Amino acid sequence: MPLIEFKKEGLYVPAADVYIDPWRRVRKALITHGHSDHARWGHQQYICSHHSKPIIKHRLGDINVHGVAYGEELSVNGVKFTFFPAGHIVGSAQIRVEHQGEVWVVSGDYKTEDDGISGTFSPIKCHTFITECTFGLPIYTWVPQQQVFDKINHWWSTNQANGVTSILMGYSLGKAQRLLAGIDASIGPIYTHGAVEQMNAVIKTAGIPLPPTKYLNKEVTEKELAGSLVITPQGATRSTWMKRFGQVSLANASGWMQLRGARRRGGADRGFVLSDHADWQGLNDAITATGAETVYATHGYTNVFKQWLDSRGLDARVVQTKFEGELSEENSVESSQSDKLPSDE
Amino acid sequence: MKHFADLFEALDQTTKTTAKVGALAGYFARATTEDRLWTMALLSHKRPRRTVTTTLLRTWAAEEANLPLWLFEESYHIVGDLAEAIALVLPKPEGQSTKSLSEWINIIRSLKDETDEVKRETITKAWSVLNHQERFVFNKLITGGFRIGVSQKLMTRALAQATGLDENIIAQRLMGNWTPDETTFERLLFEEKPEDKLSRPYPFYLAYALDLDPTSLGPVADWQVERKWDGIRGQVIIRESHLFVWSRGEELVTDRFPEFEMLAESFPKGVVIDGEILPWKEGNPLPFQLLQTRIGRKKLSKKALETAPVILMAYDLLEYDGDDYRSHPLETRREKLVAVVNEVNCDALKLSPLVKTEDWLALNEERKKSRAHHCEGFMLKRKDSIYKQGRKKGDWWKWKIDPLTIDAVMLYAQQGHGRRANLFTDYTFAVWDGDNLVPFAKAYSGLTDGEFKEITRFVRQHTLDRYGPVRAVKPQLVFELAFEGIQRSTRHKSGVALRFPRMLRWRKDKKASEANSLVDLKGMLDLYG
Ligand SMILES: [Zn+2]
Ligand SMILES: [Zn+2]
Repeated sequence: MPLIEFKKEGLYVPAADVYIDPWRRVRKALITHGHSDHARWGHQQYICSHHSKPIIKHRLGDINVHGVAYGEELSVNGVKFTFFPAGHIVGSAQIRVEHQGEVWVVSGDYKTEDDGISGTFSPIKCHTFITECTFGLPIYTWVPQQQVFDKINHWWSTNQANGVTSILMGYSLGKAQRLLAGIDASIGPIYTHGAVEQMNAVIKTAGIPLPPTKYLNKEVTEKELAGSLVITPQGATRSTWMKRFGQVSLANASGWMQLRGARRRGGADRGFVLSDHADWQGLNDAITATGAETVYATHGYTNVFKQWLDSRGLDARVVQTKFEGELSEENSVESSQSDKLPSDE
Repeated sequence: MKHFADLFEALDQTTKTTAKVGALAGYFARATTEDRLWTMALLSHKRPRRTVTTTLLRTWAAEEANLPLWLFEESYHIVGDLAEAIALVLPKPEGQSTKSLSEWINIIRSLKDETDEVKRETITKAWSVLNHQERFVFNKLITGGFRIGVSQKLMTRALAQATGLDENIIAQRLMGNWTPDETTFERLLFEEKPEDKLSRPYPFYLAYALDLDPTSLGPVADWQVERKWDGIRGQVIIRESHLFVWSRGEELVTDRFPEFEMLAESFPKGVVIDGEILPWKEGNPLPFQLLQTRIGRKKLSKKALETAPVILMAYDLLEYDGDDYRSHPLETRREKLVAVVNEVNCDALKLSPLVKTEDWLALNEERKKSRAHHCEGFMLKRKDSIYKQGRKKGDWWKWKIDPLTIDAVMLYAQQGHGRRANLFTDYTFAVWDGDNLVPFAKAYSGLTDGEFKEITRFVRQHTLDRYGPVRAVKPQLVFELAFEGIQRSTRHKSGVALRFPRMLRWRKDKKASEANSLVDLKGMLDLYG
């Protein structure tokens, strides 16, 4: 019997009778991180990292959730579970599962560059690695984040000099905080959309420092906004919410912005390539460093990635999951409504 | 190259016309005359002759990036653009280069008769000293297809800003067959040459689709109504016993259409006719696709000439007796056009017939019968209108027929290219044949990005099977498809082929069982095929 099975409810550890990031309702769920495709509604018990706990409670409401520290060993029916930082968003974890000498690691979503707020990813030795591969193609290689933030800062300063409001779009959980942590906050005032402001408050309770921001409520005038930076989820920019601004420059921050075509889509003026997922090199380095002989690929270009790993002599397989990667993360403002989840708007 | 790469990036980063013109004008003011000329050529879709095949480029790029070729090909498929895919996978550059755009172009051109080894050496060395944006541009110089969202009109405006010349004069001088090798920036823009004048066409006047109630156009008697034919818009120029045929893409296509040769001697002083090149037999137009056999191939075959003979459906007269006729009112031009067509008596030159009508209502009824005439609707032209240049509103309108529509079920989905690489945007649709679904059309446009995102979620959660990049999905979503025409086809399982199918809307209100059937499609085929 394999240590982890792929069932219709999700990833299942039979020896411990627990699930990891399940998408159907179960009794006991270990959660890698707070994004909606991983932390779903309706389980009887949730177990996640300490930093994830307030995030998941904020998103899912009154649930039974137990927090564990990174590196702390949790034993269920003799199966040992340990959460390690995944570097993806605040509180994100890879979960190491050990039973009778066999070790599997479920990566959740991860990135290999340290963003300063999401913990430092480091690969864990294992026999079998279940990895995401959202950006598992060689066209996706990220430049060091400082270069991207230099560009963002430059864009904001230029807009400011012209009296233009800079609107930067990114998911309210994860990307918004990463932007805030990386941006030069001394350039000017930063306003946030309600969804971002609420999430920031939750994340600050987890002890993560973020630069001061102002909630963009109805009282803020067009004049005050001129030259400032506004951080907002993507869905918001289509609504009437946008009408209050004077001259704006609209930018997207996402890994998908790597492609010229994606940058041109949707009418944003600028596209900054900034992802909370590992790039091609990061994925390959991480997989090599785990020493795993068997690799399961989830999220994204799984078939191509599997074939690539096979050609490198690994035993690679594709897992059908309901994880959706950065696409759903960007979409979450709209999708959270259709899923009947408490909206994070 | 850096200047040009920066220009490219600046143009790419904005959708605002004024910003584009500003970036271009700034570039034209700074660049060397050689670079200016090449930039104008590239923006006019004149690229240097290809000296390296894309197959070689792909192989070298994969090798430089240390990737198996199949993985490079998969990546290329996702990116949708070879030049960009190569720039993305290559390892970081080792140095920098100060070579200009024209210098790089000359290097590329010098490879024409070199061995593959020399070509490889040159190209990979170039890659190693160019940054990402420069590599992309460099690759584009080899592969062609610069799509920067800069129309001829924007470039003309920027050149006018940079040189102080009149916009219309620049537009005239840029038309035609020039290449950077045969001219210079100065000569092209500032010198008038007699032999250029002989072949030079006029800029086409293009119409917008009618977006208002036709009755608001005033009395129907003020309008000349013609059928809208579905061919290639073209200009036939007869000057000093020479014949030139231009297509709307500003390409000289004279040798493609020997049917018009006899016109060369007909009007010594000069006549220019605007019209539609149509494949035509026994008094009727043939399917548009047949025109491809006349222009798509390198050599014009005897068979193509026999199966797809062409005519020019004459719309307008732009020059008569050597005089520019464009500022005469349409009524006057038409009168003269009738005289010209009658005088030459050439089988390949037909007069676009006028549609007579009493009122807009009757005209609208007649418009609905356009398919029976193998036409796309009407052209409305104000009788006193002059012949303008470019796409202008007001005096000329396209009044098209409504498309045919059918409700179909989505069967397969595939990820998009380029700007929609992360979304499922290409769908295959089916109609019911008893209890079976028969695929009959593919479509990939007509929805909003929001809808594509929503459908992408559906596809991911309802995948039944995967065939490479294609996913079979649960047959559940219904879409209303619009299309311009329907024809019998032996190549398709369904037995029909649609012209310009696209998604009109997502019928969230309909269940799969409520979609149309093959019987419905066959019915349309009988009516309109
Ligand atoms: Zn995530
Ligand atoms: Zn995910």
